Amino acid sequence: MSLDLYLQQPFAQHALIAGALVAVTCGLIGPFVVMRGMAFAVHGTSELAFTGAAAGLLVAGDAVAGALIGAVVVAALLTALGGQERERDSTIGVVLAFGLGAGVFMLSKYHGFAAAATNILFGDIFGVSNGQLWLLLAIGAAVAVVMFVIRRPLLFASVDAEVAMARGVPVRALGALFLLVLALTVTEAAQIVGTLLVLSLAISPAAAAQRLSANPVTVTWLSIGFALVATEGGILASLAADTVKPSVFITAISFGIYVAARLAGVRRRSVAYG
Amino acid sequence: MSAVAELRGAAIRLGGRTLWEGLDLSVGAGEFVAVLGPNGAGKTTLLKVLLGLLELSAGTAAVAGLPPREGRDCVGYVPQLRAFDRGLPLRGRDLVALGYDGPRRDARDAVSAALAAVDAERFADAPIGRLSGGEQQRLRIAQALLGRPPLLLCDEPLLSLDVSHQQEVTALLDRRRQQDGTAVVFVTHEINPVLPYVDRVLYLAGGQWAIGSPAEVFTSERLSELYGATIDVVRVRDRIVVLGADGEIEACHHHVH
Repeated sequence: MSLDLYLQQPFAQHALIAGALVAVTCGLIGPFVVMRGMAFAVHGTSELAFTGAAAGLLVAGDAVAGALIGAVVVAALLTALGGQERERDSTIGVVLAFGLGAGVFMLSKYHGFAAAATNILFGDIFGVSNGQLWLLLAIGAAVAVVMFVIRRPLLFASVDAEVAMARGVPVRALGALFLLVLALTVTEAAQIVGTLLVLSLAISPAAAAQRLSANPVTVTWLSIGFALVATEGGILASLAADTVKPSVFITAISFGIYVAARLAGVRRRSVAYG
Repeated sequence: MSAVAELRGAAIRLGGRTLWEGLDLSVGAGEFVAVLGPNGAGKTTLLKVLLGLLELSAGTAAVAGLPPREGRDCVGYVPQLRAFDRGLPLRGRDLVALGYDGPRRDARDAVSAALAAVDAERFADAPIGRLSGGEQQRLRIAQALLGRPPLLLCDEPLLSLDVSHQQEVTALLDRRRQQDGTAVVFVTHEINPVLPYVDRVLYLAGGQWAIGSPAEVFTSERLSELYGATIDVVRVRDRIVVLGADGEIEACHHHVH
């Protein structure tokens, strides 16, 4: 089938809309993830989305709902156990290891549709149903609203926690809220690119954007733009190539943008600041 | 004239140890008060009380006539120099803007004015992680003074700055306090960089405290009494050197128990 014919199909349209939603939310949170050094938290929460999805499959035959509930549980758990900033990564490691084990166990007890498991890990953007699309839309809108409201205090808390605290910014509460937003975004992204490849949307676009600008607002817009290009480009390429999953192209485009931004960034810095 | 910051019979006890007690301090508008003492004497703790981050164990505290937490908008805060990641996507201008609380439409003008007031326009658009320590501290001062607070709290803002940057930053603070009548409470472990500007010194040591002009506090008798040990205060030209039994106290962060 040619690309035009594909684009008239509901499954392809759903995929493109869902992809755009996920790209925008990932692009939004990405700069904060990079600024706060939370790449490992993204990886951890996304792999734990696998546990949630496996539990969801086992209990209700619904991986998405399971993953979303799992994300909220994980965010609450990491906040409760989190303690000091420098303990965060080890806490995530501990929870992640246990969670993956539990996920594997639950998957071994699940005797339904076998591809469900690989879909969790590598994404299944073309399987998005109407109901899931609405769910993704609702979560995406919630994430966008929360990020818009907390963007300034969160920036303050992220770059300069000590002074932010002195000025009355609720640094701890913002950290917990951001972790929840991050977990929800990551779970949403996992539906598209899979839990193993979420970093390509939650980190790469923002990391590339930061190579090109030091203006936080510009960085956010670039990050959203890069995430959109990677996602939509990846889906279109996958439709054209027929048998290759979109996540392959999404990760490749995302990586390409990052490399290009690094090269451009090196030139720009040497010119602008010596 | 009412005090911008006031402590009455204030005490802090942390983990069974009394840092200071019975402390009376009243800082008036435009006054420059330096807070000195050995590590662990409770200098930063004093600032935390005025910021409303820590409750007194006894006594009362007020900022602009309000309990510190409610008076928080009346306080600017300048911390010690902290290294920013070189790739951090934040310009000097953005760091200053974080201190802005007013209507959004006036933000740009307010930030530009604050940058101009500390002569920081030249490097305001460079990534913060690439600026020198002196440049970063100037931006911090611009940020802290953006809302024209009547009280400015500084926690070792000169630490790890070289001498010329120390002079530049203190002169800038002094200029701003004279222009706006901002009261400055300045925690430092070294008196000399701020000596030309200081009105009064609060010296905390060994659970005790002394307050007065630098000439009153920096005497061998007064500091010996505070430390409970023989301390010699020597004046070399216009500098003050404090010597304990085993060397210089101020310059080497000496712990006195």
